[in-house]
Amino acid sequence: MNVIMAGVGGQGIILASDILTEVAMRHGYDVKKSEIHGMAQRGGSVMSHVRFSKQVFSPIIPRGECDILLSFEELETARYLEFLKPGAWIVINRYRLPPPTVSIGKEEYPDVEGIVREKTQRFMFVEADNIALSLGNRRVLNSVLLGVLSTLLEPDVATWEECIAVKLPEKVRDINIQAFRKGRETK
Amino acid sequence: MKKILSGNEAIARGAMEAGVRFASAYPGTPSTEILETIAKEFPQIHAEWTPNEKVALEVAAGASYAGARALAAMKHVGVNVAADPLMTLPYTYIRGGLVLVSADDPDLFSSQNEQDNRNYARFAKIPMMEPASSAEAKDFVKAAYRLSEEFSTPVMLRTTTRISHSKGIVELGEPEDPAEASLERHPAEWVMLPANARRRHPVIEDRLKRLTDFSNSSRFNFIEINDTSMGIIASGAAYQYAREAFPDASFLKLGLSYPIPDLLVREFAAKVKDLWIVEELDPFIENQVRELGIECHGKDRIPLCGELSPDIVRDAVLGAEKKGAKPLNLPVRPPNMCPGCPHRGILWALKKNKCFIAGDIGCYTLGFLPPLDAIDTCLCMGAGINHAHGMSKVLGDGKKKIAAVIGDSTFFHSGMTGLLNLAYNRGVALIVILDNRTTAMTGAQDHPGTGVTLDGSKNIDIDMEGLVRALGINWVQSIDPYDVAMARQKVKEALEQDGPAVIISSAPCALLPSRKVPGVPLRVDADKCTGCKVCLAIGCPSIEFKDKKAIILDTCTGCGICKAICPFDAIGGDV
Ligand SMILES: Cc1ncc(C[n+]2csc(CCOP(=O)(O)OP(=O)(O)O)c2C)c(N)n1
Repeated sequence: MNVIMAGVGGQGIILASDILTEVAMRHGYDVKKSEIHGMAQRGGSVMSHVRFSKQVFSPIIPRGECDILLSFEELETARYLEFLKPGAWIVINRYRLPPPTVSIGKEEYPDVEGIVREKTQRFMFVEADNIALSLGNRRVLNSVLLGVLSTLLEPDVATWEECIAVKLPEKVRDINIQAFRKGRETK
Repeated sequence: MKKILSGNEAIARGAMEAGVRFASAYPGTPSTEILETIAKEFPQIHAEWTPNEKVALEVAAGASYAGARALAAMKHVGVNVAADPLMTLPYTYIRGGLVLVSADDPDLFSSQNEQDNRNYARFAKIPMMEPASSAEAKDFVKAAYRLSEEFSTPVMLRTTTRISHSKGIVELGEPEDPAEASLERHPAEWVMLPANARRRHPVIEDRLKRLTDFSNSSRFNFIEINDTSMGIIASGAAYQYAREAFPDASFLKLGLSYPIPDLLVREFAAKVKDLWIVEELDPFIENQVRELGIECHGKDRIPLCGELSPDIVRDAVLGAEKKGAKPLNLPVRPPNMCPGCPHRGILWALKKNKCFIAGDIGCYTLGFLPPLDAIDTCLCMGAGINHAHGMSKVLGDGKKKIAAVIGDSTFFHSGMTGLLNLAYNRGVALIVILDNRTTAMTGAQDHPGTGVTLDGSKNIDIDMEGLVRALGINWVQSIDPYDVAMARQKVKEALEQDGPAVIISSAPCALLPSRKVPGVPLRVDADKCTGCKVCLAIGCPSIEFKDKKAIILDTCTGCGICKAICPFDAIGGDV
C-alpha cells in the first residue's frame, strides 16, 4: 500500500504520516516513509510518502504506483497526480493557501477540481479545517483527515486510536481522537 | 523491541549501542538530527555543536586518541571544511573507534552542490560504509567502530537525504560498555612531521590491502543470486530502488563500498550475463569495477545528476522513453523568509543604498528571491566577506558600494578569518553581520554566539562588537533592523568610510521565543492605500495584493517593516 500525504508547512503532515507508519507497523507490516522537510516552516510544500506491505524496499513511491493521495491543501493535490495508480483514491481537504505569486495577483489559483477530474473520478472533498474548528482546535485537521484515510485502509480503529494516543501529548489526545472519529464519519 | 526510526535517529541509536562517549557536529541538512537525537535521548554521550566541521572532526579525533569511541557528523560540504584533518588522520594511530558521518544530498534538497563524498574515502584511503535503510544505519555504525579499532583507521559512513530522513523499522539492541578514557603517548604515530608521516604512509597502503580482504569476507557485502541474465551491483538507497525495479535480478549489495571487494565482484561478474552498476551520483563503484578489467553498464545509462528512484532506474536500464505526461504549470511555493524576519529590514536598507551584496549561506540567502532580489553571490559558508574584499580591491577606491552579509552562525563558522583578512589588508567594504541569535536555516541550533551548548547550559557571552574590534575593525555599529530608516542611514554612513566597516544587525529570529516582533497583525487602511506596491517589494508572505490594494494577512507578526516603508502612511496597528 502506497500513500502520499501532501500539503504545506504547519498542517501537521509529518505527524500524520508518523501515525500512519506506526499503525502499519503495529498491524504487522514492514513500513517505510520518506518525506521532504526542512524548509517546511517557511511556507513551502510538504510531502510524505508512506509505504507498507510484507517487505518494502524503496522509501519513495515510484510514479504511477500511489494507491491513495491524502491532500491537505487543494493546489498541492495537483502536484502529485503523476504518482497515482489507475483507480487510486484522492482525498482532498477543502482548503486553499494561495502561493506567493497568487497572493500578489500575478497568477490565478488553479482550478484543482477540474485538473483532478480530468485524471480520475475517484476523489472526494473533506471539510477538515471546518470540522477541526467545530471541535475547537483547527490544528486537529490532520486527525480528521487520518479518520477519512482509515476508512480506506485495513488496520482497525483500535490500532489507529492507540497510535494517535502514543504519538500525541496527553493534553491534545482526546480532541485528536474525537477529530479522528469525525473523520471516519465523513463519507 | 522494534521502533520506527529515521536514518539519523538510527545512527544516534547505533552510536549509543556502540558505547560512543563523544559526539560532535556542526549542523547541516540532512545530518542535523544525529546530534540532536544524541543530545535529547542519550545524555550519557557528551555531545557538542562545534563552530565548524573542522573543529568537529578534530575534537572527535582527540577523544579517540584518549581511547574513547567518538563520532563526528556533518553534511557533505562540511567534509570539505574538515578535509584537512581528514586527509592526515589516517596516517595516525586511531585508538578509540572514530567514525565520520557524511550526509550527502543528491538532488540538492537543501545544499549548494551535490558532491559525492564517497570520493573522500578513496582520497583519504579509509573504509566507506553505505547503509541502505534505518536498520542498516544502526547496524553499520556499530560495525564501523569495530572496523575502526581493528584496523586503526577512521571510518566514513555515508548517508543521503533519503537515508537520513526516511524512516523504517529498527530492532533495538543492548548498549556496549563504553571504553575508559586514558592518557597514552604515541609520538611516532601522532606527531605528523615528515619523518614520522613518511613512515606512516606505507602503513596506510598495507592497511588498504588488508581492508580489501576484509571487504571480500564482510557480511556487509553479499551476493543474492536470482535470474542471472541480469546482475546489479548497488549500494545505499540506490540498492533499494534497483531491488524494487528489478525484483528478479541477481544482486551484489555493497555495504562497504570502499575498498571494493575485488574477489566478490569477479565472482559475481562471472555468474551474470549483463552487469549493471546502480549508484547515486558519481560512478564510484563503477570505476573500481572497471579498474578490475570488468565491463559493465552504469553511468552510460543511469543518470549521474540528481537522485534516483525505482522508476528512474527502471526506465534508464530498459532504455524506456520518459513517460510523456504533460507537466502542469502550477504556481510554486518557494521557501521565503518568514513574516517578521529581521533579515528583511536590513537587506532592504542595503538595497536602497544600491549596494552590490555578496551573500553567504543562511536564511538571508532567500533574500535572493524576487521581489527583494537582494543577494548577488552565494558560494559556500564564509565566502561572502572574502568576495567583497577581493572585488573592492580590484574595483578600487571604495566608490563602488560593496557589501557582504553573513549570519551569526556562519560568522563563527568561517567568517572571522575573512573579517580579519579584510582588516589586515585594508579592504574597503561594508560587512553586515546578521545577528539573529541562532542557526535559523537548519532549524534553530545554538552556536558560540548564543553561548548555549547542546545540553542547554549557557557557558559564554560573546561581545560581538568587541570581537569585531579585536579583529582589527575600527568602525562598528549595532542597529535594530526593524528601525528601517535608521538602518538605511547607518548603511549610508558605513559606505562613506574609507576602510572596512561592520554593522551588526541585531534582532532575534522571528521564530525564537525571545523574538522582538509583537505578534499582533497590522492592518492596511484601504482609504489611504493607493496600490503603489512599495510594501510588496520586501517580499513578505503576509502581504497580499487584491483589487488594487494591499491586504495584510493574519500571519503578520506586526514587525512594522512594511509600515515604515509605506509612502502613504496606510499601514497601521500597534507598533
Ligand atoms: C560547510 C557547511 N556546513 C553547514 C551548512 C549548512 N548551513 C547552511 S546555512 C547554515 C547556517 C545558517 O546560520 P546563520 O549564518 O546564523 O544564518 P540564519 O539562517 O540564522 O539566518 C548552515 C549550518 C553548509 N551549507 N555548509
